[in-house]
Amino acid sequence: MSQLQKNNQQLIVKLCTAIVLMFGFGFALVPLYDVFCQVTGLNGRSITKAPAQSMIIDKTRTVRLQFMTSVPPGMAWDFSPALHYVDVHPGENKVVKFNAHNLSDRTIVGQAVPSVSPGLAASYLNKTECFCFTQQPLNAGQRTEMGLVFFISPDIPKDIHTLTLSYALFDVTKPPSAQATPSNVEFAEHTEHAEHAAHAEHSEHAAM
Amino acid sequence: MEDLRLQNNSEHNNEHNNEHNSDQHSSSHHQPAKGIMRWILTTNHKDIGTLYLCFSFLMFLVGGAMAMVIRAELYQPGLQIVEPNFFNQMTTVHGLIMVFGAVMPAFTGLANWLIPMMIGAPDMALPRMNNWSFWILPMAFTILLSSLFMEGGGPNFGWTFYAPLSTTYAPDSTALFVFAIHIMGISSILGAINVVVTIINMRAPGMTYMKMPLFVWTWLITAFLLIAVMPVLAATVTMVLTDKYFGTSFFAAAGGGDPVLFQHIFWFFGHPEVYIMILPSFGIISAIIPTFSRKKLFGYSSMVYATSSIAILSFTVWAHHMFTTGMPVAAELFFMYCTMLISVPTGVKVFNWVATMWRGSLTFETPMLFAIAFIVLFTIGGFSGLMLAITPADFQYHDTYFVVAHFHYVLVTGAIFSIMAAAYYWLPKWTGHMYDERLGKIHFWCSLISVNVLFFPMHFLGLAGMPRRVPDYALQFADFNQLVSLGGFAFGLSQLIFLAVLVKCVRGGEKAPAKPWEGAEGLEWDMPSPAPYHSHTTPPEIK
Repeated sequence: MSQLQKNNQQLIVKLCTAIVLMFGFGFALVPLYDVFCQVTGLNGRSITKAPAQSMIIDKTRTVRLQFMTSVPPGMAWDFSPALHYVDVHPGENKVVKFNAHNLSDRTIVGQAVPSVSPGLAASYLNKTECFCFTQQPLNAGQRTEMGLVFFISPDIPKDIHTLTLSYALFDVTKPPSAQATPSNVEFAEHTEHAEHAAHAEHSEHAAM
Repeated sequence: MEDLRLQNNSEHNNEHNNEHNSDQHSSSHHQPAKGIMRWILTTNHKDIGTLYLCFSFLMFLVGGAMAMVIRAELYQPGLQIVEPNFFNQMTTVHGLIMVFGAVMPAFTGLANWLIPMMIGAPDMALPRMNNWSFWILPMAFTILLSSLFMEGGGPNFGWTFYAPLSTTYAPDSTALFVFAIHIMGISSILGAINVVVTIINMRAPGMTYMKMPLFVWTWLITAFLLIAVMPVLAATVTMVLTDKYFGTSFFAAAGGGDPVLFQHIFWFFGHPEVYIMILPSFGIISAIIPTFSRKKLFGYSSMVYATSSIAILSFTVWAHHMFTTGMPVAAELFFMYCTMLISVPTGVKVFNWVATMWRGSLTFETPMLFAIAFIVLFTIGGFSGLMLAITPADFQYHDTYFVVAHFHYVLVTGAIFSIMAAAYYWLPKWTGHMYDERLGKIHFWCSLISVNVLFFPMHFLGLAGMPRRVPDYALQFADFNQLVSLGGFAFGLSQLIFLAVLVKCVRGGEKAPAKPWEGAEGLEWDMPSPAPYHSHTTPPEIK
């Protein structure tokens, strides 16, 4: 083998390694993106469950949290927040209800995916309980109330006064042949025990 | 061959070359085979270069025909000629064909023809692989184009195939689209490996890196960009494939994925891809401007460094395609500043070309006309790019015809004009005949006028709010669209003049001398015209 061929072969091996690595890098961007978004709170993703804790409530500040829901076309669910917004003090635990109604004549499993705007505030919105942590099956025609328990960290930057929490609902019903997902029974308990925290404010806002 | 190369003294290389070739006239090893099998089995860099160039011209006409359908539909508001779904397939496949079928193979064809001649090598380093990297391309485009005839139609989600358009809402033929992209990607990667190995290992003795012609330099950098980003494109389409057909959720929020992630991965490939389609142009223009100015290039090394910095910066600007996805202000500013930074090395280049022409003794043959048009019109495209880089302004321009105008100025009057300039410039070397100068000039002026009638009003349409990728539009856009369509038809027809020039030049014409351009420099002009089947069988002397 001549020197030229040897050199060529070495270079080809190096270049092919680079190609394989870059192909892997394309896939590595997926977890990297998740980690990056979690660390920086970019993209408004706040899917993690925060531990419930008692904190000093900062009564001097009020932050407004607005709610939005969206149902994809073709998914026969009504899904809406009971209130369009709540005003909370940072550090205060709050319970909010969302109403869901399966309008179809078959069981549909829904998965709500939250997104917070402004994105950088996402890491200050802590959800201790949320229907978005699990899939929600609803039988034909069934109505349900789904709960969200959250608090806003007292260290939220001073210039943030309003946050928007948007839930995009997705139909994740498996085709009939697939195994049905176990329903989320435990959630009912959580909503009950958190009931006492519900405010009179609720009805006030609902009327608005 | 090795021994021959070493023994021979460079003094009589040219004569010797000829003798050597005519001695071997009967030997099948040194002469092309006859008939169709010559083209199918060839490992010769010139044959493969010719195949690439012919294929890209064919694809240019096919993609152009699709643009004609688009412009015919947009001639008037309302739906006249095609269904909206077919219109979407036309915009999608027009983009895919022009990017992967016309511009990229044309540059690879030029690289095949010119790089061995320019660096004093006998052929490309990996000739058998070269054969494959060309021949899988027609397969890829057959797959892509045949998907248009399937039930449900071909790809209709735009050439950027954003999820979920390309996953949840995509037609059944999406698998064919994915495989076609995979094959095109493999073809580009093989071509890039070949270019890198050739340039690094096959240079003639004395051809140091800083003596290489700029076309070779820009292609070396382009090849590294291809190696870095084509695998990322392959990863992206693979994720689209598994999301659509195998139930993964890379880009589906319901399963924990994120559609915005698609845009990040796609543009991580997509932005360097933009420079893959323009860097070789810079090399071509840097060869042509000095020739017809009869001066040396104003600043050779600054051109090399500018090209390298553009390539490096191209990895830090991808999110300027996504300003409206809701990024935090810090990220928007970062990508805005990085994008604007690219105009500095680009400015170095434009300054270089203009300074080369300054006080040169200029003549205006067709390649020079195309090169000058390139400088002016590419700069206009660069300026509209600078406008788009301004984040708050981009919120208005995003997804409007302003963007369409911008990237057609850099790709049509940029990349494609430079390819045409290159074709006119090196045609005498390739065919041994001078092209018809009068016809070439007619082609140039028709193209120049019609291309501006075609793309310039699109700026105003975009600023007035006309969205891109729509088969119908509001009435107030009617006049400008009519003008744009007329320019489009004229530009399309003008390219038939180019076809005539090419055919005429291949079939005959005035005999071209070894160096048809007085001011030309480079090893390729030391060879006779047409260039012998094998390039430098003895290494040339490098001054």
